[in-house]
Amino acid sequence: MEKKTVWKWFFVWDFDKEEAWLNEMADEGWVLCSVGFCSYTFERCAPEEYTIRLEMKKPDDGYISFMEETGAEYIGRVVQWIYFRKRNEYGPFDLFSDMDSRIEHLDRIGLSLRIIGIANLLIGVVNSFHTWSYGWINLLCATLLMYGLGRIRGKQEALEKERTLRE
Amino acid sequence: MYENIALTETTFYILLALYRPNHGYGIMLKAEEMSHGRVRLAAGTLYGALNSLVDKKWIEQLPVESGSRKKEYQLTDLGLDILANEIERLRELVENGDAVLEGER
Repeated sequence: MEKKTVWKWFFVWDFDKEEAWLNEMADEGWVLCSVGFCSYTFERCAPEEYTIRLEMKKPDDGYISFMEETGAEYIGRVVQWIYFRKRNEYGPFDLFSDMDSRIEHLDRIGLSLRIIGIANLLIGVVNSFHTWSYGWINLLCATLLMYGLGRIRGKQEALEKERTLRE
Repeated sequence: MYENIALTETTFYILLALYRPNHGYGIMLKAEEMSHGRVRLAAGTLYGALNSLVDKKWIEQLPVESGSRKKEYQLTDLGLDILANEIERLRELVENGDAVLEGER
């Protein structure tokens, strides 16, 4: 089967853009079949045959078999991100159908950004005491991660505000 | 004890669908059928909710039958109380809503 690999980088907080791009590819007849660090491999499919969804979640085999039970196919995992696809003929495919679970997903992303961000901050500060070190790289990473955390918080606050009025 | 709990639509339909033993995908189909296609529980949302409801003991997982990989769940007595309580609350909402709007006409 005809395949192609595309190298592309997305920031974690742009996961919705990543998902939208993967779905545009699927609509054009290229469906994701395997995924690696910054690399996406696609295979030929009929246009609009599949919907792709991705989610940050700790390894959980029970979850994958649960998803497969509903007709979704597990594509692969990159660190904490898992990728699924489902044929559109089996009906609409979403991972989340209420605000609570969307907010909870953003919580998970926020928590991991916070942990990696704080680790970078500590390493950066400690290393900055050595004039020869590259501590500034860690500090730069920490700054970027905190920016990302702000982006995730923004999405979360919009949903939380909406939830005060409706589900 | 729990008269002030307002259930989310997700929770309500899961509890309702588990009046009889059912598995994950079965719950999705049941909720969709009961709501005439309006309520579509997404798999990630459902999975998280099932785990939380088991933790709260509103539902329980049934022993897995040999040869089947599907986990089945059923409402507990506590879950049934919660559900009955919510239906009572919803009835009040509907009655009040109807009374006010019909009074307008």
